[in-house]
Amino acid sequence: MIDTAVQVVLLLVMPPLLLGVITKTKAAIAGRVGAPLLQPYHDIIKLLRKGSVLSRTTTWVFLAGPAVTCAAVLLAGLLVPMGGQPAPIRFAGDLILFAYLLALGRFFTTIAALDTGSSFEGMGAAREVTFACLAEPALFFGLLALARLTEGLSLSAFFGPGVASAWVDAAPSMVLVLAGLFIVLLAENSRIPFDDPNTHLELTMIHEVMVLDHGGPALGTVLYGAAVKLFVLSSLVARLAVPMETGQPLLRWPVFIASVLMVAVVIGLVESTMARLRLLHVPNLLVGACLLTGFGFILLLGSPR
Amino acid sequence: MGGDPEHSLVSLLAVWLPLVGAAIVGASGLPGLFLARRSAPGAWTAAVLHLLGAAAALGGAAASVVTVGATSLDLPWGLPFGSFRVELDGLSAAFLVPLALVPALGSVYGLRYWSPRAHPDTSRKLRVFYGILAASLILLTVARDGVLFLFAWEGMALSAFFLVTIDDRDDQARSAGWVYFVATHVGTLALFGLLAAVASAGGSFGLDPLPDTAAPLGVGTVIFLLGLIGFGLKAGIMPLHVWLPGAHAVAPSHVSAVLSGVVLKVGIYGLARLTCMLPHPPVFWGGLLLTLGVVSGIVGVLFAVAQHDLKRLLAYHSIENIGIITMGLGLAMLGRSYGRADWMALGLGGAILHVWNHAFFKSLLFMAAGAVIHRVHTREIDRMGGLARSMPITGALFLCGAVAICGLPPLNGFVSELLIYLGLLRTVQPIDGVAAAGAAFAVPALAIIGALAVACFVKVFGAVFLGSPREHHDATPSEAPGSMLAPMLVLAAVCVGIGALPALALPFLDAAARAWSVGAHAEALPLGLLAPLWWVSALAGATWLFAILLALGLRRLVRPPGAARVGTWDCGYAAPSARMQYTASSFAQILVGLFASVLHPRERRPRVGRLFPRGRSYSSHVHDVVLAEWVVPAVAVLARQAARLRIIQAGHIQLYILYVLLIVIALVLSAVPLLDLLRSLVTR
Repeated sequence: MIDTAVQVVLLLVMPPLLLGVITKTKAAIAGRVGAPLLQPYHDIIKLLRKGSVLSRTTTWVFLAGPAVTCAAVLLAGLLVPMGGQPAPIRFAGDLILFAYLLALGRFFTTIAALDTGSSFEGMGAAREVTFACLAEPALFFGLLALARLTEGLSLSAFFGPGVASAWVDAAPSMVLVLAGLFIVLLAENSRIPFDDPNTHLELTMIHEVMVLDHGGPALGTVLYGAAVKLFVLSSLVARLAVPMETGQPLLRWPVFIASVLMVAVVIGLVESTMARLRLLHVPNLLVGACLLTGFGFILLLGSPR
Repeated sequence: MGGDPEHSLVSLLAVWLPLVGAAIVGASGLPGLFLARRSAPGAWTAAVLHLLGAAAALGGAAASVVTVGATSLDLPWGLPFGSFRVELDGLSAAFLVPLALVPALGSVYGLRYWSPRAHPDTSRKLRVFYGILAASLILLTVARDGVLFLFAWEGMALSAFFLVTIDDRDDQARSAGWVYFVATHVGTLALFGLLAAVASAGGSFGLDPLPDTAAPLGVGTVIFLLGLIGFGLKAGIMPLHVWLPGAHAVAPSHVSAVLSGVVLKVGIYGLARLTCMLPHPPVFWGGLLLTLGVVSGIVGVLFAVAQHDLKRLLAYHSIENIGIITMGLGLAMLGRSYGRADWMALGLGGAILHVWNHAFFKSLLFMAAGAVIHRVHTREIDRMGGLARSMPITGALFLCGAVAICGLPPLNGFVSELLIYLGLLRTVQPIDGVAAAGAAFAVPALAIIGALAVACFVKVFGAVFLGSPREHHDATPSEAPGSMLAPMLVLAAVCVGIGALPALALPFLDAAARAWSVGAHAEALPLGLLAPLWWVSALAGATWLFAILLALGLRRLVRPPGAARVGTWDCGYAAPSARMQYTASSFAQILVGLFASVLHPRERRPRVGRLFPRGRSYSSHVHDVVLAEWVVPAVAVLARQAARLRIIQAGHIQLYILYVLLIVIALVLSAVPLLDLLRSLVTR
């Protein structure tokens, strides 16, 4: 019960902190002071208080987009086991619901973008759905490998106590799956090298260009939803990377928080050391991620289990 | 059959009601023939009769689920071969539900879509064949004799041909109808072979499980492959789909809804019934079905992404969904071969629930597309736009169908895909040492299919309903009339209902799985034990609740109420025009480019050489690669070779009668034991 409460609070409160950590890391690498860690919170609160300007072209879909997306990623967050604890909601096949809730969010974000009738936002929407087609199999190959290793059918089993023994049994597969899922994390959250969240060149962006016309509370919801998505996927990757079983209930949550923040720092490092890929090369990297997780799964087929 | 009289009454109802329903539906178009061409009462009577007949058939399906075992009925039959044997078991009942419901809703939709006033020449003809088509569908599911099945099959195939070519002054309709006619009869030919093989193996034309001794592996494989061709052609499994996109695009929209939503499912029913007749399949049958399912799914949705004709696009999505259903069926077959009851239950349950779901959301989409086409008079997606403002209800209904077909929660498509996913995930985990991890490669394939479907329907919904209109029409399109909206509302409600309470469909799915697994090594487990359907309900509810609450909250926050309305910001560009919007083709361009090796897109690029160039035009098109690059050249070669046989075609009827006489003599001689006769002559 307490664990559920902690998870819900973390899910609601912690996501923007990850954005703060990423920007702080980038600033530190670049030798700048950078914005305060809590700046994303201030941004979102400020946006929620602002007035709105809506395009004449838009319909109800325009506001439904951010709302449905945010609802979907929050719900997905309840399916994810955090800190090695079983998730508040878990059942056989919840991984499918998890992936499809993210897809529901994508569907509504992209139709809200198309609602404006702007060609820039159309470009962003087209890129988002196209790249997702390549990211999705990478994610599912990774989950398939975990299904084989942990003999479970839910995220709570995949990312539960079985992860540590999976590293012992099949370290090569786990390395491949971790690498593949990290690339999926970057792609799904439109981070460098897929997309640059800081750029303001409309022609090259993916996520930011889709929400060009959203302002005020709608933009605040979009930013918050995107942060939640980053947090949710990061907590999965963090669990794979740090499968620590402390045995101490009190230590569990601090370890989890530290490992998620570590993922944020790694994202910051990636963003500081890499440039954004040319759009034409993005599919190659995603196919690469598919191959990584795919081979991670194939390696497991030989071993008798 | 239970001994108590009440029980047997219910089981008698279960087999009589569909027959009565089929008779009423089949006759629904006839009263209109005696009324004036433009008279509305003819149309109304047809719709009312159709609804009545469908209700009777549905009543039969419901009655069969509550009884234990199925009643078989043998009616007098005037032909020397076959029999009029009908029976409604769980498998038939599960298919009967969508097969009865969707055409009935379509007949209501057709009242305005193809009204006697607007189409005085063809509306009576359409109603007659529509009724025959729907009645054949009902008869097909209950027929338990091969000859009766073939009669119903031909009734369906021919009436569908007349419906596809209803607008026979249209070139496109005639050529699509022709391709359909040839394809369906190639399938019928395969079914003739299949029935002959079944009769020689089992001794009768009955569609009952054959004992292993009657159908050893060789004969069984021949039967299975013939069935795969015959039924696969009807279902539109790649690469046997060539007739499908054209025929579904040119037919009137409610007919497309029936063709795409339910007629294809008859092919799936045939495959399910056939695999039920051969209880112990080798592993490669299931593997073949699974592979064909993956190919149909991925390639079908890829072609859909590349289309710019709204109804053609929806037709390609049918191929994709048939692929998903075939994957489920293949998984169930693997379960049969390996004796894994969980794969059987999840595979077959998922396949049948997807048959339902696809019937509902696809006909919803075709009807919504029809409502749009009815108003804007074009099927070209790139000439539409902004229709969500002028047709808000149609737009919302189309969105509902789009979310459902992408398999997204909280709608029905998600539930059936979840069942198939669960079954496929279980193939990597051995129980008693039995696993088939190769089948698990279908999991990422299903994921790609889902993601591509999202891409495709974002494109369609965006290009048709969002943004601003790309062309100016004489009058602003107005919302579709009530009699067209009502059937769509019913379908949308079913989509939402199955998504929220999938457990309601459980009795049908379990009965179907029980009927299907008769004679297998393991009986299918109850689906309720394997699939977390109540969790699905809870989370579907939570998704609706969260989304609505957040949307309402966001609406309140948007200040000032109603907010300032300006033009789209568009990065500050001051004079955007509707023609600058991203079109459906531009939306799909990256994907089409990525998969150009499969799609073979054809482009006409303008060359812009000089300064101040004049107007140029650009066009791109993706044709059906299998039809244009495989089938048409092959048929051309065949036609050239066959031309040599023309010598025997002299044009004199006397000559033809001579041929008949010669063949009869040859047949009679073949009955005489000539060799024995010769031998006896020699020995004497």
